[in-house]
Amino acid sequence: MIRSALEAVSLWAIPVLLVGIPLAGIIRGVKVYDVFIEGAKDGFQVAVRIIPFLVGILVAIGMFRGSGAMDLLTNALRPVLSRTIIPAEVFPLIVLRPLSGSGSLALATDLIKRFGPDSLMGRTAATLYGSSETLFYVLAVYFGAIGVKRTRHMIPSAIVGDVVAALVAVAVCAWLF
Amino acid sequence: MLNYIWFGLMAIALVVAAFNGTAGAVTQGAIDSAKTAVEISLGLIGIMTLWLGIMRVAEKAGLIALLGRALRPVSRLLFPGIPSDHPAIGAMIMNVAANMLGLSNAATPFGIKAMEELQELNPKKDTASNAMVTFLTLNTAGIQLIPATIIGVLAAAGAKSPTAIISTTIVSTLCGALAAVTTAKILQRFFPE
Repeated sequence: MIRSALEAVSLWAIPVLLVGIPLAGIIRGVKVYDVFIEGAKDGFQVAVRIIPFLVGILVAIGMFRGSGAMDLLTNALRPVLSRTIIPAEVFPLIVLRPLSGSGSLALATDLIKRFGPDSLMGRTAATLYGSSETLFYVLAVYFGAIGVKRTRHMIPSAIVGDVVAALVAVAVCAWLF
Repeated sequence: MLNYIWFGLMAIALVVAAFNGTAGAVTQGAIDSAKTAVEISLGLIGIMTLWLGIMRVAEKAGLIALLGRALRPVSRLLFPGIPSDHPAIGAMIMNVAANMLGLSNAATPFGIKAMEELQELNPKKDTASNAMVTFLTLNTAGIQLIPATIIGVLAAAGAKSPTAIISTTIVSTLCGALAAVTTAKILQRFFPE
């Protein structure tokens, strides 16, 4: 019930907003089309301004993934992981999640297919993928759009959040499934 | 920090490539990623233009300020120092709400608009303000009511109940968000603005 209600909201949200917001404008006496054009003018510059930031971040991550450093790290940490609740198979997914959206989706899909979509491992992989966003993409896009270069405590705070989300995901799945 | 992480990722790649003999894959990774980055950016032009236009209408109609005032208790707690009727608050709420519904296409322009508004209040333009970091930690935590992408993958793989992971995802993402925002609030005094 709740799920279908949420799905309906997701489906209708965009068309309702696209009509509802200008409707509110008309009621308030706003020249909606003129104001829309004035705001929309910045769209191109913003998108283009992000390019250098995104190229820089994605290239570094692409090189890191291409080298096979991920497998090296997983193998090196295997003995340590076996003493924790984290299965060694999902460890690369936990590390890759903040670095690469497409990369972690490919990894999660592979785990789901290999262990089965209803298995504990498959569901853990799905939960891990869904439980956070790609940190370095967010960093490049949002700070890039306004030209902020010194990110201060952003990365450590987000990594703490990602680690907590990953540990909770593994624990909750092990407990529930 | 980003300087060291950026250089570190590439340096590790080079060293590992020397041992693994994967120099070709590293080169390919660099070239493909550069192309993907530009495609992502250019792909944003259309939706960015659309939502920035709609956002301006919402602002002029007073809807953004209304949204900010409605959620004043939350915004006071998370973003002290930003007036609750400031357009930044409304844009941040729109971004979080769109992410929750899984409307990532709309969420990105709202988020960028929020960052632009926060930048106007920011005294040092090349340095992140406390409000920016709090907002982005909330954003990267990725609070989502229905993780549609991965449910799609589960369903395509023939899962009997692909939506079983909704509850586990919500619990872990909320714990992550709480931890991230709390850490940001604690750490902000150790990183001078």
